[in-house]
Parts: sequence; C-alpha cells; structure tokens
Amino acid sequence: MTNDEIAGPIESSDEWIRQRTGIVTRVRAPEGQSLMDMAVEASKEAIEKSGIDPSEIDAVILATISFPYATPSGATMLAAEVGAGDAAAYDISAACAGYCYGIAQADALIRSGNSKYVLVVGGEKLSDFISPTDRSISFLLGDGAGAAIVGPSDHPGISKTVWGSDGANWDKVGMTGSILDFRDGKTEWPTLVQEGQPVFRWAVWEMVKVAKEALEASGLAPEDLSALVTHQANMRIIDEFAKQLELPESVVVAKDIVETGNTSAASIPLAMHRLLAEGKVKSGGYALEIGFGAGLAYAAQVVELP
Amino acid sequence: MALSEQDVLAGLAELVNDETGIAADAVQMEKSFTDDLDIDSISMMTIVVNAEDKFGVKIPDEEVKNLITVADAVNFITSNQG
Repeated sequence: MTNDEIAGPIESSDEWIRQRTGIVTRVRAPEGQSLMDMAVEASKEAIEKSGIDPSEIDAVILATISFPYATPSGATMLAAEVGAGDAAAYDISAACAGYCYGIAQADALIRSGNSKYVLVVGGEKLSDFISPTDRSISFLLGDGAGAAIVGPSDHPGISKTVWGSDGANWDKVGMTGSILDFRDGKTEWPTLVQEGQPVFRWAVWEMVKVAKEALEASGLAPEDLSALVTHQANMRIIDEFAKQLELPESVVVAKDIVETGNTSAASIPLAMHRLLAEGKVKSGGYALEIGFGAGLAYAAQVVELP
Repeated sequence: MALSEQDVLAGLAELVNDETGIAADAVQMEKSFTDDLDIDSISMMTIVVNAEDKFGVKIPDEEVKNLITVADAVNFITSNQG
C-alpha cells in the first residue's frame, strides 16, 4: 500500500511520509487473509528450509500482539496447522521485541534439553488495530509473518540474550483504550498509538547500549558481524541507530521498512529474510538482532544466519 | 564555568546545522523550531540529545515539548548547566 493511498486522512503526502519515516510502501493483508494464514505460510517455509519433519518440533512460540482471541493462543492453532502435533505451544506478548524474546526462549529450551526443535514465529495483522486518522504510528504499520526453526548445534548459533523492560514507560506505545472500555462504550475500537519523541530517544540511545551489551556478550567483534537487523520501526530510527553504534561499513544494515513498513513482531524475521533472499548476507554469517517497542520491552542477541 | 547565552546560542546553532543543514546564522532566539525552522520532532530529539552531551545538561522528555523557540532552549540550557 503506497503513501498516497493513506495520506489523505492524516493530511499528509508521499513526500512527508518518506522524509519522516523512510517508508515508500507498507504491506497490508488483503481482505480475508488472517494473521494465522500468514503465520502458517511463513512457518511452512521455515520448516521446509530447515529440512526437518514438522512432527519433530517440540515447541511452537508465536510472538504477536494482534491475534484476535485472548484465548486460546494462536500458537496452539498454528502447531496443529503446520503438523507439529502435540508440541508445547504458546504466544508471547512483547510487541516489537516479541520475536527476539521467542528466540531467547527457544535458545534456552534447547540448551536445557527440554526441546530439540522450536518453531519461533513473529506475526502481525496490525491493520486490524490502526486508525486512518492517527498521525503517531498507524501510517507506519504493516502486516506480515516471519518464522525460524531453532535446533541443536555443535557450536553456539545464538548468543546470550540481553533483554529487559521499562514498565515506567508503559504508556508510551500502546492502545487508545482497553477492550473493556470498548465493551462499555467508553472508547472507540482500540487502536495503536505512540508518543513518538520519547520513544525515538529510547529506541536509539538506550537501545544502542543494549545492542553493544549483546555484542559484547557474544564475544564477537563488530567486524565479525555480517548484518545489523533492528526492529523495523522507522528509517530515521534505523539510520540514527546505525550511526550511534558505529559499526564497520562491511556490516549490512537491514532496511526492509522501506517496502514492508513496521510489522512489529514480524519485522526482524522479515528483514532477515529479505537480506538472505537478496544475497546481501550469506548463511553462516552473524547478525546482531534487536527488538524494542511497547512495554517498553526489548531484547537483543547475535544469531548465526540460517 | 557556565556558558553565556550567546555561547549557548552559537553551540545550539551548530547542532541544528549538523542535524538539518540549516545555516547556523538562521538559528535566532525568536525563531520557532517547528514553524520557522521546519525542524521535525525526530530531528528535534536528536538535537536535544546532542545538546545534552555538548552542554552537560539533562533535558527530560516532558521538557522537550516546552521548547518551542530557540530562546526556550537557550534559556533552559543556561539555567540548568551543571
């Protein structure tokens, strides 16, 4: 969906949106395509590429904020849809940090011996939770899903995750109201909203510290990295983040946001998928990935590219 | 030693120029960051963070929205220098 298609209700223009966000198009699911449809498709591709049989999956973790049922989880449905049988299955609500939270959990489950293979999916249909007239975040948002199979390895392929939260800023990114207020007629359908300025400061200058900590925890040097894959929040954040992190020029910075928009939990796996598909990075290289967003919640780790 | 208003203005103008390319001499006390200088909220925050570093002051998020004109920023910085 182009900027021109959404600019009217926010009294904006293609130029204004490009300048402030770097976004040229955002992907929105067509009528009738659900979050689960996208999650299943991404999961099947990940399973096929991994070469395992879906019955070998011991746990399914779906990171999302847009599955339309409070219960049961989307992950249980997803497990059944992809043929993961009786795998443990649950959702993670950590917004834009959700995928990296999922990778942290998969890593821990496998290291502990609890699981052999874990399916981690970041999936969102944010277009169900946006307001066409919101100038704070809605126009950035897109839909999509990305998935990874995490499995045992004879060498570390996922570094120690550096993660945390800052609940004192719980209200900086979130919804315009609760579903109870909606039920009681006190609010319109709740949609996503943010306070852009403080979130920008946090997302760059605080999160750069977390990224540095994660890199240090991995034992790798900056020049060992092939890619930096941040949550695709806004190109201005990505550009300033990369500048502050001072990585060598050889490190490719993921910029999937230009065409996909901000897809919350899906943005990191989608951005990584694009880098691999376009041949900008090679399998076996190392990527520093960092998710950050509503909560405020964050997580970063270095992963070996699939 | 605390910097004078003039020194802070000159330093701030340099930061505005670095971030936006706006000529330093266009950054005058009575100018509004948004309406006159056309600085967007993200550039404004970058300037704020760089000003914190440069002048050794803390400019809290809730204060940033009160910095409408260049004079607001210069006054805040001069009166909060460590």
